[in-house]
Amino acid sequence: MGDILSLVAKRLGLGLLILFIISIIIFFMVELLPGDIAQAVLGQGATEENVAALRKEMGLDKPAIVRYLEWLGGAVQFNFGNSIVTGESVTATIGPRFMNTLFLATYAAVIAVPFAIVLGIIVALLRNSIFDRVANVATLSAISSPEFFLGYILILYFAVNMGAFPAISSLSEDMGTWELLNRTFLPALTLVLVVTAHMMRMTRAAIINLLASPYIEMARLKGVPPWRVIVKHALPNAWAPIINVVALNLAYLITGVVLVEVVFVYPGIGQALVDAVSKRDFPVVQACCLIFAATFILLNLAADVGAILTNPRLRHPK
Amino acid sequence: MSIFVIGYYALLLGASCLAAYFNKRSLFMLLFTLTLVSFIIGIVGGVSALWFVTGAAALILLAGMTAYGFREFLVQILPGEASKEFKTAPLTAAFGMFVIFTYLVMGIFAPLIAPHGEAEVIASAFAPADDTMLLGADQLGRDIFSRIVYGTRNSVGLALAATVLAFLLGAIAGLLAATKGGWFDQLMGRIADVIMSIPSLIFALLMLSIFGPSIPVIIGAVAVIYAPRVFRLTRAVAGNVVVMDYIEAAKLRGEGTWYLIRKEILPNSTAPLVAEFGLEFCFVFLLVAGLSFLGLGIQPPTADWGSMVRENATLISFGDITPLIPAAAIALLTVAVNFVVDWMLHRSSGLKE
Repeated sequence: MGDILSLVAKRLGLGLLILFIISIIIFFMVELLPGDIAQAVLGQGATEENVAALRKEMGLDKPAIVRYLEWLGGAVQFNFGNSIVTGESVTATIGPRFMNTLFLATYAAVIAVPFAIVLGIIVALLRNSIFDRVANVATLSAISSPEFFLGYILILYFAVNMGAFPAISSLSEDMGTWELLNRTFLPALTLVLVVTAHMMRMTRAAIINLLASPYIEMARLKGVPPWRVIVKHALPNAWAPIINVVALNLAYLITGVVLVEVVFVYPGIGQALVDAVSKRDFPVVQACCLIFAATFILLNLAADVGAILTNPRLRHPK
Repeated sequence: MSIFVIGYYALLLGASCLAAYFNKRSLFMLLFTLTLVSFIIGIVGGVSALWFVTGAAALILLAGMTAYGFREFLVQILPGEASKEFKTAPLTAAFGMFVIFTYLVMGIFAPLIAPHGEAEVIASAFAPADDTMLLGADQLGRDIFSRIVYGTRNSVGLALAATVLAFLLGAIAGLLAATKGGWFDQLMGRIADVIMSIPSLIFALLMLSIFGPSIPVIIGAVAVIYAPRVFRLTRAVAGNVVVMDYIEAAKLRGEGTWYLIRKEILPNSTAPLVAEFGLEFCFVFLLVAGLSFLGLGIQPPTADWGSMVRENATLISFGDITPLIPAAAIALLTVAVNFVVDWMLHRSSGLKE
């Protein structure tokens, strides 16, 4: 057990290191601005005094490295400073939005993961049949479509033509659970479609890879019924790749969520990021980027750790 | 029960029986499953759902026929070797090539095809379609059809430029890393690791927020984001070639790094690189489309598919599908490139699955 813990700790340390480097990139990229933030925010028409005042207020008179350390120190305690545009605390603005985004991603994941794995296994069993080919073309089309295309098609059919679900997911505090699930159904379904296609293809590839190995052949030759080959022989070894697939796709959800939130005007962190980018509200942009990157790295880390736990061979790296 | 519904099921059942009689097992399975699914869809969605299925089937049939015709056409006009290659190409690949060909023609001859200029205001906002405007007007009264045609040039051109730059950066770094090895290899590998651990869309948004959305910035940002993927693949492919004896021989002959890359390594690793170029283009194209959908791509009044979807999205709430056409154009090209890449991978590496 001890070696597993040390392996996991090593991965965790690596993840933290990468996150640290990313925080440096995120912070110092803003320093690359021609002039500085104060100038960029106020525009060309600003007087010298105004720019100087804003500089002082934002602490731009200090050297960059000091400001970086202050920013990082704040970020560790979830304090990202104040927005340039509204002047409010960044944490207060994006905190609840982050919760909304997490809710949407979880909603989509809860539907997509079991669905995709079962479908992936079925398609792997039926490989090279006509169903497999149809599923191949269908999933390829779903992956190749931009998220907003799927989103608008769903709006057209489910919201406009059938009137079954609302096209815009506006949330409020006093909504019941059912109402909440109903309103967020279409954005969740969009994410489900994209992620399911990805996961199905990857699960199928993982299982087929496994079914080609000699011990499966052996089981088949000694007369084990096909379903037992899958459940008893293939599945225990398939968990590692499947867990990997799931974690990678959850990480993918985090990026995909930005476009979907914009399509459905969902009050999540992706929407906040896009707004901040067009308004050049750098503290919000930096905070959102850091949060997205951290989630992404965390999920990739989970994929690695899951793989280590389910595949004993990875515990003894050569 | 209308004539249509009766005809629909009669046709499906008749076709399945014929397929079963002539021992076309997979065709029979497909048709009969479609019949069973139609029962469910028909009960839930009514006749309109059955019309939808019919329309989709007709569309797929049409695409299949086009692909078949295009493949035969290519087989006829191409000389010896190439013609043989195309004879064995699957229909999906032929369809993909046909779509790419169409887009090429549309992009190159855009001013001749489009009836109006891309920024020309010719009607009132959201004017309905008439004789001169095939798809009606957009939110400023510009012809949507002309803008879609011009959009081919701008959207695909931008994505292509970004892919080429990403490819140059990644491939050169990868080849150098494979031949030189040592600290350069390590450094490049670590840089690639860091860039790949930031979600691509987020990284693009960060860079665009800082440098502002102009075309060179978009191309540069996207190239930086996707170069590491190309780097990794090139390094892996070239790494297998570098250990060969003939490279050793060339080194002993006293050839320089550049000669090794150009004359020895590159010719032996083109097939996977070309396939990767196609895949990379799909990713880049989707990312650029996403950015322009968010209003951070090519700036107006230049026509661009992603932003066109966003600008006309209000029409969707009136049940109008025109805003979806540019989005469908994006999806169609990505699918087409994927089909062709699939075929190429299959051919070059003997990839079985």
